[in-house]
Amino acid sequence: MRADEIVYPTDKGLYCALGDFYIDPLTPVPRALVTHGHSDHARPGHGAVMATRQTLEIMAIRYGDDFTANPQIADNSTRIGTVTVSFHPAGHVLGSAQILIAPDNGPRILVSGDYCRTPNPVCLPFEPIPCDIFITEATFGLPVFRHPDPLTEISRLLASMAEFPERPHLVGAYALGKAQRVIALARAAGHHAPIAIHGALKRLCDYHAEQGIDLGTLVSATDPGDAKLILAPPSAFASPWVQRFRDPVISYASGWMTVRARARQRGVELPLVISDHVDWPQLTATIRELAPQEVWITHGTEDGLMRWCEIEGIPSRPLRLIGYEDEPE
Amino acid sequence: MKAFARLLERLAFTAGRNAKLTILSHYFAATPDPDRGWALAALTSTLELRQVSPSLLRRLAGERVDEQLFALSYDFVGDLAETIALIWPEGSNPGPEVTLSDAVTLLRETGKVALPAAIAGILDRLTAPERLAFLKLATGNMRVGVSARLARIALAQTSARSVEEVEEIWHGLQQPYTALFAWLAGGDRPEPASSAPFRPVMLSTPITPQDLIPLNPDEYFAEWKWDGIRVQAVSEGGLRRLYSRTGEDIGAAFPDLIEALDFEGAVDGELLVRRDTEVAPFADLQKRLGRKLVSGAMLKSHPASLRLYDILTWQGEDLRPLPLASRRARLESVNFISDRIDLSPLLPFNAWEDLTDLRATPPASVIEGVMIKRRDAPYIAGRPRGPWFKWKRDPMVIDAVLIYAQSGHGKRSGFYSDFTFGLWDGTDLVPVGKAYFGFTDEELKELDRFVRKNTTQRFGPVRQLAPLLVVEVAFEGLNLSPRHRSGLAMRFPRISRIRWDKPAAEADQLQTLRAML
Ligand SMILES: [Zn+2]
Ligand SMILES: [Zn+2]
Repeated sequence: MRADEIVYPTDKGLYCALGDFYIDPLTPVPRALVTHGHSDHARPGHGAVMATRQTLEIMAIRYGDDFTANPQIADNSTRIGTVTVSFHPAGHVLGSAQILIAPDNGPRILVSGDYCRTPNPVCLPFEPIPCDIFITEATFGLPVFRHPDPLTEISRLLASMAEFPERPHLVGAYALGKAQRVIALARAAGHHAPIAIHGALKRLCDYHAEQGIDLGTLVSATDPGDAKLILAPPSAFASPWVQRFRDPVISYASGWMTVRARARQRGVELPLVISDHVDWPQLTATIRELAPQEVWITHGTEDGLMRWCEIEGIPSRPLRLIGYEDEPE
Repeated sequence: MKAFARLLERLAFTAGRNAKLTILSHYFAATPDPDRGWALAALTSTLELRQVSPSLLRRLAGERVDEQLFALSYDFVGDLAETIALIWPEGSNPGPEVTLSDAVTLLRETGKVALPAAIAGILDRLTAPERLAFLKLATGNMRVGVSARLARIALAQTSARSVEEVEEIWHGLQQPYTALFAWLAGGDRPEPASSAPFRPVMLSTPITPQDLIPLNPDEYFAEWKWDGIRVQAVSEGGLRRLYSRTGEDIGAAFPDLIEALDFEGAVDGELLVRRDTEVAPFADLQKRLGRKLVSGAMLKSHPASLRLYDILTWQGEDLRPLPLASRRARLESVNFISDRIDLSPLLPFNAWEDLTDLRATPPASVIEGVMIKRRDAPYIAGRPRGPWFKWKRDPMVIDAVLIYAQSGHGKRSGFYSDFTFGLWDGTDLVPVGKAYFGFTDEELKELDRFVRKNTTQRFGPVRQLAPLLVVEVAFEGLNLSPRHRSGLAMRFPRISRIRWDKPAAEADQLQTLRAML
């Protein structure tokens, strides 16, 4: 059987015909396999959901325990229909996984979900899995995206805090993954004072702590005390919530901060390039390392990656999956 | 180059003036010579470098990066220098850090033929932020919102010197300003290498009719306040210079006036465009500003002139310690020969009521109020409160409708504080200007609530508003402006009143504003 008869895009998301399941479906389906807990990949209302234990727990935190009638922890290899599926760390956020689909005879298809190769203190590192078809994201699929060392970026934040000790530093960071990573990086860079967090970040920060990831002392941004480092979801910056802080330095931790126009558009004073996605060198190096027969691109700036594949002589095609546009990054 | 790149990046994203000053001060304090001096020259746009063309840069990038990938990237990033800085292949030639001085030397001394290879070579040795800083330098496109004045304030802040002292020696200084930094650190005062230096100017403070009552009119002179540009004309030792009130040398744009400075001294007055006796509106003067080359036709159609009201030095003598009455007498005794130079007349008045009448009916539209100056005051640099007052004419006002809002920075973070307002043209609202101030903190909160409740659409940080709220906008003048859709540009517009009571349909028509011109 050809690869594109085994797995193909539908209006509900990526579908595996041999196992009759969807991966990261956009609308409720009978059976879903979920790569990670970001809200555009993990949605509520599916009949059955298979994911890592941590992703299932994160979904329960976000949507309530009844987000599905039938949660299934992905353990080792599982037989579904006539394929074997297995989950492997993706290095993106806590619990994130790549899903390998191995038919009895036919090409091995790896759905990488969102992934990152930079070491990240809040999740397991990406595991390279040999495959025939590599299905990849291309969020940062242009050669201008070369994310600097995240510790260098966090040291810029701490330098600004030293330069403007009176001004609260408000860092915009998504609630799952980025917020905890920024906190862990700040700790690693020597910031031991309490860090204040917006209410929307609390439950996921607590969950990371329960999973053994040390985030140090966190206080509520409503009552920050002496905390001068405050984390909030980016949406909070457009709300009157910001008005309680006097003369804040507005910062934002995202791979998009590479591009100045993006930072200006958000009114950011201190852009921090910290990303949970592969940058261009990592993306292209991963493809070289896995040496698949074909590359399929789920979402992002696929034109750039397809051009690179063309130069390298690797067949590639876009899946043009919609619904992942507002990438939490 | 790393510190310079960080400096540019911070400045580019920092809107607050105080924050900019802090960033600059820290940079000057932490950076050694001569790098900090070159940075100062670059920030104040006085650094003379070989300009590198965008097409050359594009060609260099094309040699390193696939054309299609470059085009896709440029399309995404939107800025050529930024695209090249980001996309340039990394780490081909790591070595010791390139200093800003290295970059400046390269751009000053490399010949045309060797330039492409030299630029590629230095880009190979830089990190992405440094590459961007280098390319901004090479294309002469810093755009970080730092004026020379702001840089001098930051320098003064790092030392025990005042900004007036810095301004006084500024024009005699040689790049990369090592003597300046030595002086700021407590060393000897640099002797101006050239004569005809700038003298820090004396400024006025605003006054209201109530403030005038206790003052004795006999102790004051009064003059018209001209709507031109305050300048200091210096002609000393064969050198002629025309300075703005912050000490920028603007003489290059006014060769006709420079030629007329046929005297030995320093005088203070208003730069105007004047045709015979008729002073042209400010917009005419604006056409002459900021030009490196002025055409013969422009010199003829927009002749520059100087209307004097003070004299600072004359034939080697410093007159600034003298009382104004004595300086005025000296000024009146001079024959300036050129008819481009005349004196601003003293206004006859016995009581403040006389001056009130004069102010209400000025003989020309380019008069924007009156100046009131103590006869016995010496010429003091800065803005001392008291000896000089400006009593401006009442501003023009118009009732406009708020149509867009954008959130502010610094102390106004999170508040919608920057407004675009419009006037009716039939059933259309045409944007006519932007206002950022004029309202109280309490009013700012009310405006913010209004914006959040009445947003109809969002474009990035900008919100479009339902046309519901009328504000009274006060402004100081009006110019024709082809760059604005309304064809008009207001000077110093601010929100003077919020008209919660007034229905939007009753706001003013665009026609009303045109008629004010
Ligand atoms: Zn994700
Ligand atoms: Zn995603």
